Amino acid sequence: MFMVRELTCLFVGGYALFLLILASRIGDADGFSALLQHRLVIVLQVIALPMVLYHTVTWLNLTPKVLVIWRGESRVSPVLIAAVHYFAWFVVSVIILWMVSMYR
Amino acid sequence: MAASEAKGTDKTVVLEVFRYRPEEEEEPTFQRYEVPYFEDWVVLDALNHIKDEIDGTLTFRWSCRMGVCGSCGMMVNGDPKLTCAAFIRDYHPATIRVEPLNYFPVIRDLVINMEDFLEKLTEVKAWLVPQEEKPVSEGEYRQTPAELAQYKQFSMCINCMLCYSACPVYGQDSDFIGPAAIALAQRYNLDSRDGATEERAEVIFSHEGIWECTFVGDCTRVCPKNVDPAGAIQQAKVSATKDWYHSVLVPWGKRDVKSR
Repeated sequence: MFMVRELTCLFVGGYALFLLILASRIGDADGFSALLQHRLVIVLQVIALPMVLYHTVTWLNLTPKVLVIWRGESRVSPVLIAAVHYFAWFVVSVIILWMVSMYR
Repeated sequence: MAASEAKGTDKTVVLEVFRYRPEEEEEPTFQRYEVPYFEDWVVLDALNHIKDEIDGTLTFRWSCRMGVCGSCGMMVNGDPKLTCAAFIRDYHPATIRVEPLNYFPVIRDLVINMEDFLEKLTEVKAWLVPQEEKPVSEGEYRQTPAELAQYKQFSMCINCMLCYSACPVYGQDSDFIGPAAIALAQRYNLDSRDGATEERAEVIFSHEGIWECTFVGDCTRVCPKNVDPAGAIQQAKVSATKDWYHSVLVPWGKRDVKSR
């Protein structure tokens, strides 16, 4: 099962590449929207979204294994550690959505 | 079957056991044995029944039969397990395939050569090196319960090597220091009485050490004592990274080895 998680990295990297290409067309409105509307790109988006979500969820769930905080004789709850990361993800997503909505 | 009837049960289970007799054969073979089925039997009981009543030539390691010595590790249906903790009822009526632990050379039948692991324990200095030697007259090296809690989980390792058999990285590269050795090194690094973190660093915080690990997590899944070696390795990665940044950004600062 860890192989599935590792393979999703390809989609994360691939999506980063896509974002770079998109960014290179920032000045060029036609090129920008042409890229976004291209059928192949839409297919890639549909596949990449669940891959990246799976990647994110599996890694966020593992953060308590890495981030160990002690309070006296016991560890801070692993659930809390993961929850804090999920919350941070939520906050960052809200900020990005707000930024995007500003430029509509 | 006669043997099982003599033991008061008519149910049986079949074990398919890996055999390798280097003085007789070039290649290993599998031998099937039918043993009586009991609700409370573990695979080790079946193996001992085979050795006592069916085939005295079968060779395997075992000792405490209660999951604390780490001797009886074998592959049961492809999964590394302590045979004293693998209940026959969980597999019955399917055939149970018993093989020696993965990724270790086989000496004979189910017995593997564990030299590699033992060498690694020595390499990582898996023992307490006091920060300062005290004569016995000065008393014990004292530790609070909170300090004990830091490393206690990693001290539960029974050196059974199931984690090595589960680790695909070790399977590909036997130079990898491996889950148990790194977890044990961390056990001492995190021990407030110990002062050898720097000495271990060269072996652990290296390409063949923690950085070879890709956090598959199977080692933790198979560990019979909940040591969580994967967690130990990832924590070591964090502290090695923090330490590196510290040495780069504050080169004049005293390295606080106990801050891990």
